[in-house]
Amino acid sequence: MKEEFLSRLAEIVGADYVSDRPEELYLYSRDPGAQKPRRADGVVMPGTVDEVQQIVRLANREKIAITPMGAGLTLSALTVPLKGGIVLDMKRLDRIIEVNQASRYAVIEAGVTQAALRAYLEKHHPGLQHSTPESPPTATIVGNILIHGHGHLTPRYGVNSQMVNGMEVVLPTGELCRLGSCSVSPKWFSRDPLPDLMGLFLGWLGTTGIVTKLSIQLFPKPAFRDLLLFSSDSVELIPEIIAELSQINLLENCFIITQEKPRWAQHIFYIIVVSGQSKEEFETKKELHNRIFQKYPDKILPVTEEPALTPLRERFLGVPPFAATAADFRKGGGFEYTGAILPIEVIPQAWRSGIEIAHKYDLLYQLGIQLLPNGHSVMLAYSYPFNRAVAEEAGRARGALDETNRLTLELGGIVWKPELPAQKLILEKMDANTRQLMDRIKKTLDPNDIMNPGNWEVT
Amino acid sequence: MWLIRAWMEEEIEWSESLGKILYACTNCNNCVQSCKFPFNDEIVNIITATREEVVANGLVMPKVARFFRNIEAYGNPYREPRENRGRWAEGMGIEPYQGQEFLFYVGCVGSFDEKGQRAAKALGELLTKAGVSFGILGSREECDGNEVNMLGESRIFQMLREKNSQLFKDAGVKKIITLSPHAYNVFRKEYPGGLEVFHYTRILADLIKEGKLKPTSKLNRRVSYHDPCFLGRHAGEYEAPRQILAAIPGVELVEMERNRENSFCCGGGSANFYTDFFGGGENSPSRIRVREAGKSGASVLAVACPTCAVMLGEAIKDEGIEEKLVIKDIAEILGEPVSHQ
Ligand SMILES: Cc1cc2nc3c(=O)[nH]c(=O)nc-3n(C[C@H](O)[C@H](O)[C@H](O)COP(=O)(O)OP(=O)(O)OC[C@H]3O[C@@H](n4cnc5c(N)ncnc54)[C@H](O)[C@@H]3O)c2cc1C
Ligand code: SF4
Repeated sequence: MKEEFLSRLAEIVGADYVSDRPEELYLYSRDPGAQKPRRADGVVMPGTVDEVQQIVRLANREKIAITPMGAGLTLSALTVPLKGGIVLDMKRLDRIIEVNQASRYAVIEAGVTQAALRAYLEKHHPGLQHSTPESPPTATIVGNILIHGHGHLTPRYGVNSQMVNGMEVVLPTGELCRLGSCSVSPKWFSRDPLPDLMGLFLGWLGTTGIVTKLSIQLFPKPAFRDLLLFSSDSVELIPEIIAELSQINLLENCFIITQEKPRWAQHIFYIIVVSGQSKEEFETKKELHNRIFQKYPDKILPVTEEPALTPLRERFLGVPPFAATAADFRKGGGFEYTGAILPIEVIPQAWRSGIEIAHKYDLLYQLGIQLLPNGHSVMLAYSYPFNRAVAEEAGRARGALDETNRLTLELGGIVWKPELPAQKLILEKMDANTRQLMDRIKKTLDPNDIMNPGNWEVT
Repeated sequence: MWLIRAWMEEEIEWSESLGKILYACTNCNNCVQSCKFPFNDEIVNIITATREEVVANGLVMPKVARFFRNIEAYGNPYREPRENRGRWAEGMGIEPYQGQEFLFYVGCVGSFDEKGQRAAKALGELLTKAGVSFGILGSREECDGNEVNMLGESRIFQMLREKNSQLFKDAGVKKIITLSPHAYNVFRKEYPGGLEVFHYTRILADLIKEGKLKPTSKLNRRVSYHDPCFLGRHAGEYEAPRQILAAIPGVELVEMERNRENSFCCGGGSANFYTDFFGGGENSPSRIRVREAGKSGASVLAVACPTCAVMLGEAIKDEGIEEKLVIKDIAEILGEPVSHQ
């Protein structure tokens, strides 16, 4: 990267917040997932929105690529530049600007982490919470929302990206723009009833602009909360159970999981999170859910004993649930999962094929469904832990991910937070006019193709 | 961890900036405490082991090398002659150690740094006042080696440990009161058994409880307490310092946002009080910490570690808030109301 460009960046943000030192670039050139490293040429950490704008204008003049980054934890290497250039690390924009108790939303900057908002709410607004993903606490709220992430309140209240009331965005050409009610009013309280411009930035993987502020909906925190646990061996039954759960539509969260290790986990476990504001509401909900599972005494049993009981409770009771306690992570710390957003009816086949694929690549299977809002669809995560120190093992994980992604698309599903090869598979399958529309939107917004180029690349 | 591995695998080369990253770790133990994975205990050990590798490869950064050389040659990082080590106690009537119940181990910062000396003097006076049987080693005292150990210089550390252990044995030392939590850490964890080691805050809290120290006059101050990493997270002692402050009439104890297990390091550990890889800038830990103390509404920031006193003392100057916030060791704070006893 040109020295001159870096010194111009340093003039904007200060020398401490620009780097092309090999140690730092090493970290920004990879992520914890299975994708191979790709070179970042520099990293810059703006401290204000104005600095973001200046950086974008400079990058346009110099035709240098910008990859926006929150915590870089998607595992799909979405913040590792595909075409070099700079990583725009947003962590310094970390202010929680406002919490509106009555209308229940928080306005935050792009670098605010899941943990920071949780801690802030616990202290200042203990009755409110936001939908928190299972990802590490340093994950940013904005990064999660921009990939259509899921949190512990998703089955009940919506995919996290549906919880956005408004955004402030630096466009790829440097202008600052507000979307949602905040474009008209000082209140960031609603996404409707204006034309929904938020869609220009959600799911675009940082290719259409840089979100600097965002209003996220908050929800009441229930006084009572517990898990109901059941186990079964019937894959075929899963769609029926989901239909039953949707019928009463009273759960907070629901996971359906299996994994190869430890041995006790080789069944299908239903983890139903029930919550309520009053004891009465809570007990009624528990009773209604228990009744659903009691209808299948030959096929489903409540989990009341060890070895399953404690590990399942330890993993799923907290907010957020703690994936690592039960996951059989391989020594060496590598881990990537691909999330398949699936229609309900294909679950049995997706489930069985997932186990076959893991075995084909000599990996351990680990499947986990999270119900999506109202049980209309699910996210089925196929996790492939691998030893990062063994290149061949990471290669097998990549092979399994690719085959799983193909399976997802064949079954009529969509790959969530797709890494580059999966983006290509999706675009190949996509309706040609839709693809063209995406291309036109990108070219209109980003004429110099500087925003995370290589992602969602149509032409 | 990724960088350590990358260096070991020769994916990146050793450089000054890599060194800065490695030596900026203060061994504050926050990662060990917060990390949910079963390998959490190993994180700091991995950093120390990497520093050992740096020593073995002859790549030690000049500032760190100077620290090692000074400790080896002078027994302290400041190149102060050994005979000056007990000077802080001159005229105080503190006896040399000759078989009393406790050895008061003062350490390098307490012996030579002006802020450390103030704390050492205050503690010496309190112990004397309470009738504790104790003595100091004076010019015979040697660096405890905590920082040298954490910086991976195992040869010098072994030398210090052997020298000190022999000295303690020859002098008949059974019980030690340390001024610094760093010495408290290394004596308990790395020295041969048979020594009973106390941090002074536990001793003072017990003396107050037994009625041997009576803080009588009123202080009328809002005080916040900064948990030192080597007393808090490394040793689990959060109560004794707070018990002392609570016993002083007129002290209103206000907690900072981050306290106890979640305390934020002053940035002085792993010899950063000397090497200062953070460089004292606006975002250096000590400055962040005093800003946090300021926010708590305290006018006094109490410390229980001479290294913290040095770091935070510099930070209030850099922040220009000396008028609003003073840094004081708990022994100094207790000294005032006890002097009227
Ligand atoms: C163990 C584990 C468990 C996980 N569990 C979940 C889960 O339960 N639910 C879930 O949804 N996810 C989960 N994830 C995936 C991921 O970690 C989270 O979605 C996370 O919140 C993403 O946030 P981030 O800050 O890491 O985003 P990043 O990876 O930094 O960014 C995501 C995308 O958004 C873009 N971007 C980031 N910030 C901006 C910005 N300000 N402007 C424009 N573009 C931007 C990036 O370029 C990238 O394309 C998990 C990951 C792990 C490792
Ligand atoms: S400075 Fe503290 S938190 Fe950071 S690596 Fe060292 S011991 Fe862990």
